[in-house]
Amino acid sequence: MGLTKSSTGVKVSGRSQKKRSGENDFKLAIAGNPNVGKSTVFNALTGMNQHTGNWPGKTVGTAEGRCRIGDKRGILIDVPGTYSLSAHSPEEEVARDVLLSQDIQGVIVVCDATCLERNLILALQIIALGKPVVVCVNLLDEALRKGLEVDLTQLSRELGVVAVGAVARKRGGLDDLKSAISSLLESVGETDKKPCGARDLSAEDASRRAEETGRLVCRSNRRDPMAGDRLLDRLFTGKKTAYPIMIALLLFVFWLTISGANYPSRLLSGALFWFGDKVGEWLLGLGCPIFLHGLLIDGAYRTLAWIVSVMLPPMAIFFPLFTLLEDSGYLPRVAFNLDKPFKRCQSCGKQALTMCMGFGCNAAGVVGCRIIDSPREQMIAILTNSLVPCNGRFPLLIAILSIFFVSGAGLGASFTSAVLLTGLILLSVLATLGVSKLLSVTVLRGMPSAFTLELPPYRPPQIGKVIVRSVFDRTVFVLGRAVISAIPAGIILYLMANLRIVDSTILSLCAEFLDPFARILGLDGVILIAFILGLPANEIVIPIMIMAYTSTSALTELSSFAELGQLFVANGWTVTTAICVMLFSLFHWPCFTTLMTIKKESGGIKWSILAAVIPTALGMTLCAIVNFIGTVLLR
Amino acid sequence: MNKTIKLCDLMTGEVAKVVEILPENRIRGRLFDLGLTEGGNVKCLFNSPTGGMRAYLIRGACVALRDEDAATVLVSGGSKDGAD
Repeated sequence: MGLTKSSTGVKVSGRSQKKRSGENDFKLAIAGNPNVGKSTVFNALTGMNQHTGNWPGKTVGTAEGRCRIGDKRGILIDVPGTYSLSAHSPEEEVARDVLLSQDIQGVIVVCDATCLERNLILALQIIALGKPVVVCVNLLDEALRKGLEVDLTQLSRELGVVAVGAVARKRGGLDDLKSAISSLLESVGETDKKPCGARDLSAEDASRRAEETGRLVCRSNRRDPMAGDRLLDRLFTGKKTAYPIMIALLLFVFWLTISGANYPSRLLSGALFWFGDKVGEWLLGLGCPIFLHGLLIDGAYRTLAWIVSVMLPPMAIFFPLFTLLEDSGYLPRVAFNLDKPFKRCQSCGKQALTMCMGFGCNAAGVVGCRIIDSPREQMIAILTNSLVPCNGRFPLLIAILSIFFVSGAGLGASFTSAVLLTGLILLSVLATLGVSKLLSVTVLRGMPSAFTLELPPYRPPQIGKVIVRSVFDRTVFVLGRAVISAIPAGIILYLMANLRIVDSTILSLCAEFLDPFARILGLDGVILIAFILGLPANEIVIPIMIMAYTSTSALTELSSFAELGQLFVANGWTVTTAICVMLFSLFHWPCFTTLMTIKKESGGIKWSILAAVIPTALGMTLCAIVNFIGTVLLR
Repeated sequence: MNKTIKLCDLMTGEVAKVVEILPENRIRGRLFDLGLTEGGNVKCLFNSPTGGMRAYLIRGACVALRDEDAATVLVSGGSKDGAD
């Protein structure tokens, strides 16, 4: 479920790059079941020399990389994980096409040593195709931990191809693999004719053969090798423990993200603003006109600096945590636990995972919806993703909670905030379920799909690698998004806050214009215009409010919640206003990046429009109701 | 003890042999891919906390199926077995 610059940025290519023919000595494919460490093997063989391309005609990406085996250089294609060659999904079709293609001279099949029998089904089908194959039995360390042993020599004999063992994530067995590939390439060079005896082995026949082979080749010195996993499953999916653990974990992740990001955010904004001031002075020294200086520094740069310093630290914490949970094998259990409520809303448990991804960044959540097989359910998940607050909205929610609903400071107060925040989150989850149900009886009608959910063995996540990879990937993505949306936003904001018509700035004129309508929703004109101008990034909503209330000409920050609270109260905020602002923050149009991502994922602007309308309608309705109750009934 | 029952009626911990997957099963092909084929072993591992879904051991891998999908898979010989 990766959110990276390459998968969502403007640079995603429609066709494979670097098609320089004649430069490559070989072209091989790496195939295997999902979750067997195929990508780890691929990364180990290709290093950083890889990119994601598209197999012609399909929209599923395949990673390609250059690698060097002995003195030969060639290309390795990382085929999407698949269970067998009978294609039931776009990914499996792509896998099948790649493997059958004339371009591919051989296949490396990666298998999971801890459940070899199932993995052999695909391996046997690929071997039956007639192309040269090397079988790489990965995760031998995991198997050993469970008391399982694989007799590689016997496996080789049974399958009729070379079988090597590997512990890819520790780079073990790679030399064996490389020399096996070397011999494979040599044999390809010798017999350069169409493979004879190529046939389609059905899944049933392959299963039977896999069972026989597995029995001969695998040995277990424990009564139940999976006992450890079963114990963890009892904990994570047990009637009494499943939900409390999920909620506790959610709380923990939020708390860590929020408290961990605080200090780095301040540091970053301090540094960036200082740098901006210096550049500003330098520009003025060069004779830059004041207006241009204002536009570039106070407008564009300051907005950019603000967004980056507020956006980066929480994401740098949230996404690694999320990826750790994913790598460890826990997340599919969440989908397992939550399948029933989602099924009631005509969707599936995997939507719970995309929802969780949305807590980090809604755009990431939308991209993550690719894990949902049914297109209908995928669209439901995409459209409802913005109903959960992303990291960018947390600062606003926390600020308002702290100012209006929590007194004092210290551990007790931050715990209360966390609890209230979790309450808001649960409200979002309920909204997600409700809107999913609504969509599935109106625009996206259909029956719940049939699907299988693989619950992989628990594995200790590779903490170091995850953190480095996540932080690097996310950082690049975040900075890219910040630059694209912040700079124009900053310029517009500056113009609105400084250009005057008669006596008032455009910003205050807009706020006045929107005020009557906003009052119905329990907000005021400033709040509404701040949300509208916050389209590029939710992080700037509060700064815009401050800017408008204090009539300053650039985004400013107030140093404490107390000051912010005073500003709000001085401008007429009541508790009802606070509640309405929080509700509107939860339920309003998605940010610009999310809308663009939805357009790209769904292939049309129609769904983006719907994705903007649905939360807004919900938010406005709820706000109007709460405002009515708050002002009229509770007088 | 060889009566045919539905897969979803298997008790936790019971092992059985697959008899057939009825044609009305919407994921018949996918289940074959996963190794749920005639004569193959399958064991019921655990339930979802809210019901409606169960996890099964199929060819060494743990796969969860919704009860309505498991209802059209017929198995026989359900018996308690600790190991696979």
